[in-house]
Amino acid sequence: MCVLMLCDYVCVQAQKLLRERLCHQKLPDQPVGLDSQYKHLLELLRRTAVHGESNSVLIVGPRGSGKTMLLGCVLRELMSLREVQKNVLLVELNGLLQTDDKIALKEITRQLHLENVVGDKVFGSFAENLAFLLEALKKGDKSSSRPVLFVLDEFDLFAHHKNQTLLYNLLDVSQSAQTPVAVVGLTCRLDVLELLEKRVKSRFSHRQIHLFSSLSFGQYVDVVRAQLSLPPDFPDPKFSDEWNHSVTKLCEDKTVEEILRRNFNGSKDFRSLHSLLFLAVSRVSVSHSTLREADLIEACRLISADSKANVLHGLSILELCLIIAMKHLNDTYDGEPFNFQMVHNEFKKFIQRKSHSIHKFEKPVVMKAFEHLLQLELVRPVDSGVCKVQREYQLMRLMLEHGQVMEALQKYPQCPTDVKQWALSAFG
Amino acid sequence: MSRYITRLRMRRAYKWNGRPVSKDRKLKRQYYESMSISVEGKTEDVTVSLGQYILIEGDDDDNPFVAQLLKLYTDDSGKKKTAVVQWFVRTCEVPQNKRKLLGRHPHPQEIFFYQDCSCDNEVDGETILGAVQIEYVPVEDPFPKGKSKGILFVKLLWDTKSFRALDPELMQPPQSSKSPPPSSRGPQTRALPTPDLSVMKRAMSGILTRGSMSTGKMSSSEAESLHSASKLSAAKALSAKRRSRAVSGPHVRKKLDLCSPSKNMTRDDVLGEILDEHTEKTLTSKLNTSPTGRISISIRLTRLNLNEEECVSPLSSHSPDKPRMTAYDKDESTSVFLGVQPFGDDDAEPLISTCRTPRKREATPRSAGLRGLKARTPSRRKDALREPALAALAEEEHEDSPVQTAATPRSKRKSAQLVSSRIRKQLNLLGNTVDLQSDGVDGDDDDCFVPAKIDLQSSSDEEEEAKIDSEDELIVKKRRGSGTSRSTEKTRVSARTPRKTPSKKTAPATPHTPRHATPSIPSRSAPARKPGNVLEEARDIYNFVESKVIDGTGGCMYISGVPGTGKTATVHEVIRSLQQSAEQDEIPHLRFIEINGMKMTDPHQAYVQILQKLTDQKATPDHAAALLEKRFSAPAPKKETTVLLVDEVRHLLLVTLISIGYFLFIILFDWPTRRNARLVVLTIANTMDLPERIMINRVASRLGLTRMSFQPYTFKQLQQIITSRLNRVKAFEEDALQLVSRKVAALSGDARRCLDICRRATEICEHSGSQKNSSGLVGMSHVMEALDEMFSSSYIAAIRCASVQEQLFLRAVIAEFRRLGLEEATFQQVFVQHQALCRVEGLQPVNVSEGLTVCQRLGSCRLILLEGSRLDLFLRIRLNVSQDDVLYALKAD
Repeated sequence: MCVLMLCDYVCVQAQKLLRERLCHQKLPDQPVGLDSQYKHLLELLRRTAVHGESNSVLIVGPRGSGKTMLLGCVLRELMSLREVQKNVLLVELNGLLQTDDKIALKEITRQLHLENVVGDKVFGSFAENLAFLLEALKKGDKSSSRPVLFVLDEFDLFAHHKNQTLLYNLLDVSQSAQTPVAVVGLTCRLDVLELLEKRVKSRFSHRQIHLFSSLSFGQYVDVVRAQLSLPPDFPDPKFSDEWNHSVTKLCEDKTVEEILRRNFNGSKDFRSLHSLLFLAVSRVSVSHSTLREADLIEACRLISADSKANVLHGLSILELCLIIAMKHLNDTYDGEPFNFQMVHNEFKKFIQRKSHSIHKFEKPVVMKAFEHLLQLELVRPVDSGVCKVQREYQLMRLMLEHGQVMEALQKYPQCPTDVKQWALSAFG
Repeated sequence: MSRYITRLRMRRAYKWNGRPVSKDRKLKRQYYESMSISVEGKTEDVTVSLGQYILIEGDDDDNPFVAQLLKLYTDDSGKKKTAVVQWFVRTCEVPQNKRKLLGRHPHPQEIFFYQDCSCDNEVDGETILGAVQIEYVPVEDPFPKGKSKGILFVKLLWDTKSFRALDPELMQPPQSSKSPPPSSRGPQTRALPTPDLSVMKRAMSGILTRGSMSTGKMSSSEAESLHSASKLSAAKALSAKRRSRAVSGPHVRKKLDLCSPSKNMTRDDVLGEILDEHTEKTLTSKLNTSPTGRISISIRLTRLNLNEEECVSPLSSHSPDKPRMTAYDKDESTSVFLGVQPFGDDDAEPLISTCRTPRKREATPRSAGLRGLKARTPSRRKDALREPALAALAEEEHEDSPVQTAATPRSKRKSAQLVSSRIRKQLNLLGNTVDLQSDGVDGDDDDCFVPAKIDLQSSSDEEEEAKIDSEDELIVKKRRGSGTSRSTEKTRVSARTPRKTPSKKTAPATPHTPRHATPSIPSRSAPARKPGNVLEEARDIYNFVESKVIDGTGGCMYISGVPGTGKTATVHEVIRSLQQSAEQDEIPHLRFIEINGMKMTDPHQAYVQILQKLTDQKATPDHAAALLEKRFSAPAPKKETTVLLVDEVRHLLLVTLISIGYFLFIILFDWPTRRNARLVVLTIANTMDLPERIMINRVASRLGLTRMSFQPYTFKQLQQIITSRLNRVKAFEEDALQLVSRKVAALSGDARRCLDICRRATEICEHSGSQKNSSGLVGMSHVMEALDEMFSSSYIAAIRCASVQEQLFLRAVIAEFRRLGLEEATFQQVFVQHQALCRVEGLQPVNVSEGLTVCQRLGSCRLILLEGSRLDLFLRIRLNVSQDDVLYALKAD
C-alpha cells in the first residue's frame, strides 16, 4: 500500500516536472544550433553595454524559431557580466501591447524611471512625453550615461505606427552621439525593411540576424528524447532510470518515429512538438506509469484532427443532408455560389427520388437547419454586407473541402446508407 | 613705451639701444640695430642685436621658438616693436608623421633651418625672450658632445616636406652675426630654383591685383622707383652687381657677405644713397661703356634670382630718406664703394643694354618675380588677418596708407569674400582631415597636401586670401580660447606672435591636430562631421543665411535630398561656423532654432517647440501660434536674426491640407517675408517638388523659394567620408574601401549605409583576425561578407530552411499558378495541389487545418502574401518571391 502510494507520488512528480518543462518554456542552457547568431548578438550588445556604442539590429526568423529565446539567453549572459549588471537599462516593448507610439512612449518612460514618472503612472501629454524622452536621451553621452537596450518584440507592428515616429527617434538616437542605445527588433517578417520609411531605413544599421533552423530529423528526435527524459537529480533514481529507458525505447519505435516525422515535416519549430508531447505526457497515469506509443498516437490524432470535420460530427442528419446537397451544387456549378432555394430543391429531389429513411421536412424547418449551418460558418454569404435580398435567395458558399465532407460522412455515427450513397454519387 | 606680457609671470621691459640706424619715411618705420630686454628682478639686461639667434615666446614655455634676428624696426608711434626673423624649428615642431623622414633619432638639442615661404617672418618684438647660441654642425659630422644644454645645433634644413642638407653659408656663425640681410635671405633664394610648386603657382597666379596694404605700398614705391629713370638705372646697377657676384661663384659671394658692412639695414640704404647720389652719374657712365655681352646674362639670371628683387626693393623704397642717411652713414659709404668698385671693373656694359634691360625686365621676368616676392611677403598675411576680423585696425591702416585705400575696390566684394573665407575655413578643416586621411592611407607622405594647396592657389586670389583669413581667424579664436585678453590690440599681437605655428597649421600634418586614434572605426560619434564635399551645398547655404543675417532680412530655403546625403549635417556645420563668426562680431548675432517634424507628435507641436526654444515659454499649440504670430509681426528684438531649421518638413504636412498643419506651412514660409521679422527658415525634406505638390498658387507666389538639392554621394565622396572617419588609422585595404564606396554609391549613395558596412566589416575582420593571423586590415573578403549580410535577400535561405510541408506548399502554389495562368490562387485550389503533391512524395496527405497552418506560417514570414484571412478556404494567395527564386531554392536541396 505504502509502496503503491510512493509509486503514485513519484509518477505524479515526474509528470509535473515534464509538464512544467513543456509548458513554461524555460530558457535552455545554450541555444541549439544558433551559435554564430548567439555570438554575434552577444558581442553587439556587449559593445553597447560596456563601450557605449550605439547600435541597432533586427532578429528575423519564422515563428517559433527561437528569436526570443536567443535574445533571452544573450541577455542572461550579458547581465551576468559584472560591469554590465548595474549599468544597463532594459526597455522591453511589444508591438502587440504597445499598439501606438503614445502607449509605447509611456511605457518607455515608465521602464526607464524618468523623472516624470510617479509611482507607476506617467504624467504629461504625448507631446510632452516625447519631448521629455528625447531631451533625456539627447543629454546623455557615450561615457557617462547608462546604455539603454530597447527590445522591440513584433518589430513590424511598430512600423505601422503613424509616421513611425518612435522608430525614427530611437534609430536617430542610435545613429548620433547621444545616450548609447541598442535597438533590438524581433520580427518574423522577412520583408520588414521594406516596411520602414526611407528616412527611418537610412538610420537603421541594416544588421539582421536571421534564424533559420537547419535541424535534421535526427537532431529533432534527440531533442524529443532530451525533453522527455527525467533529470539525473530526480528524487527516485529507480523510477527515473526506468522512465528514461522507456523513453529511449519509445524514440526508436517505428510508429513513434513516423508520428515525429510527420510533425517534423509539418514544422520544425519546437512549440508544436511541445504541444504534442504535452498531450502525450498528460496521458501518463498511475495505472501505466511509462510513456507508451499509444499515448503519442492519440496525442497526434488530437493535434492533427481537422477542426471542421469535428464540427460536422455534431450535425443533425438534416443538416448533413443540406451539406451534401451543397456539395453536389458545388460540383455541378463548379464552385459558383448558391442560395437556399437551390439547396432546398436539391434536397427535395433527393427526398423524392432516393430517400427511404429520411422523412419529409417542412421548408421552415429546413430553413432553420440552414441558418444553423450559417451560424456555424460552414456556409457563408458571398458578400457579407447588408443586402435587400430575401434570405432564401442570398448567395452562399460552402466553406468545406470535398474531402472534409467525405471524411465526416465516413466517421458520422450511424449514418443512413442512402445518405452515404447520395454523397458518393456523382450527380444529384 | 614698453608693454608687459602678463602671461609670463616675469615682466620684461624692452628698450631700443641707441638711435635708429635708418628710417623709412614711407613705411614710417625706424630701424634699429639692437634691443635690450630687461627682466624684472634681474640686474643684467639682455641685448639682442641683428644677426643674433633669439628665442621667441610661443605656446610652449619650455620650448620657445628659435629664430635669427634679421631686422628690428618700430612704427611711427614708436609703440610697436617689430622684428623680422629667420625661423628655426625644433624637432617637436616638425609634424609627427614627417619626423620619420629624418631617418634617425633627432638630437635633443637639434633644430632645423626652417624654410617655408608661407611662414610669416615678422614677429612682435616684445615676444623676444632672449638670445640663444646655435652651432652649425656639418651633415656628416656627429653632434658635438659635452656642450652645455643651452646650445642648439643645426644640421639640416626643413622645408615642410623634407629634410635637406643645410648649406653652411646660410648659417653664419654668431660672431659674424651682423651679416647683411641678403645673405640671411639666402635660403629663399636657393629654394626657388628647386621647383617649389606652391611658390611658383602663387607667383604665376597674379596675386598682385589684390593690393594688400604693405604690398601695395611696396609695389607702388617700387613702381615709382622703376619709372624714375635715374633710380632705375641705380637699381639696375645694384642688381647687376649682385648678379655678377652670383656668377662669380659662392666664394666670392661669401666673401662679400663676410666683408660687407655690419649694419644690415643701413647697408642697403647706404647703397641706395650712394647710388642715388654718386653712381647716378659715375656708375651709369661706367655702365655705358660696358660691353653688350652682359645682357644675356642679366636676363637669364633675373628669372632665377628673385632675391635681386628684394635687394632692389628696399633700396628703392628707402630712397626718399637720403638726406638724413647720408649724414649718418658717411663712414660706411666707403666700404660700400669698395664693394661696388670691382663691379665696374669686371664688366663693361654698354649703356644701350641698360637702357633696354629695365624695360624688358619690367615687362616679363620681373613682374613674375615681383609677384613671387609679393606672394611671399608675410606682411600681407598680417593684413589679411586683420582685415576681416578687426575692422577697426584695418581702418587705422587705411588712414596711414593712401595706397591701400586707393586699392580697395574689393571692399565691395567684402561680404562675398567673407563668405568664401568662412566656408573655406570650414572646408579647410574638413579638407585637411580628409587630405590627411587619404595621405595616411596612401602612404605617400609628400604629395598628400600639395595638390590641395595648388588647388587653392590656382583659384582666384580671393580664395587665396580667404584661406589665409580663415587660418588666421582660427588662430585668433584659439588664442582667445587660451585666455588672452579680448582687447583688439592684444589679439592682434598674439595673433601675430605665434604666426609660426599657424602657418604650420595649414601644413599637412600638425602635431597639434587633435586625433583620437581608436583602433576600430569610431562609431558615429560625430554626426556633424560630414567632410569633403559639403562644398557647393555648404557654400550656398552659408551664403544664403549669411547674406540674410547681414542684411537683417528674412528668407526661406528649401533643401531636398535622399536620406543620408548630409543635409542636416551640412546645415549644422554652416550654422556652427556662422555662430563662430558671430562670436567674433564679424556678423550680427544670430539665433538658431531647430525643430524636426519627426520628433514631434503632431504638427501643432511645432508652434509649441518653436516658442519654447525661442522664449522658453510653454503654451498650448494655439496660444503658441498666436504668440509666435505676434513675435514675428513686430520687429525682432535685439536686432538678432532667428534661423529656424525645420527638418523633415514633410511630416508637418501630413494632416489634411486645410488643417493647421497646412497653415503652419504657410506661416513657416510667410513669416520670413515679413518686414523686420529677421527670420531665416531652412526646410529640409526628401522630395524635391514638395512645395509644388503641397502649395497652391497663392502660397507658391508668396515664397521666393531658394532651393537646393543634395545629390547622393558619389563613390569618391563616400571614400573620402570613410577615410576621414577613420582618422588616418589604416584599417582598410584600399580595394576594400573602393568596394564599399562603389557598392553604396551604386545602391543609394547613403553615407550612413557606407559607414554601417564598414563598421560591420571591421567586426567581421576582428573576429576572423582572432582565429588566424591575417594582415589585420579589413580586406575584400570581410567587406564582401558584410555586404552579403546586409544586402542579400534572405528569402532563399528561408525557403531552404523551411519544413517539408512548407516547401511542398510553395511548390503547390507555383503549380496552381501555372495551371491557372494567374499569379493569384485561393487556398482551396492550392490545397488540392498540395494534397496531390503529398501523394506524389509519398507523404500522408495533410488535412485542411494542417494545410492552413502551413499556409499561415509562410504568410507570417511574408514568403507568400495572404489576403482576407477571414475567408478561410477562399484565402487569396500570392507569392512574395519570384517563382524562379522559389524553384531555385527548392531545386538546390
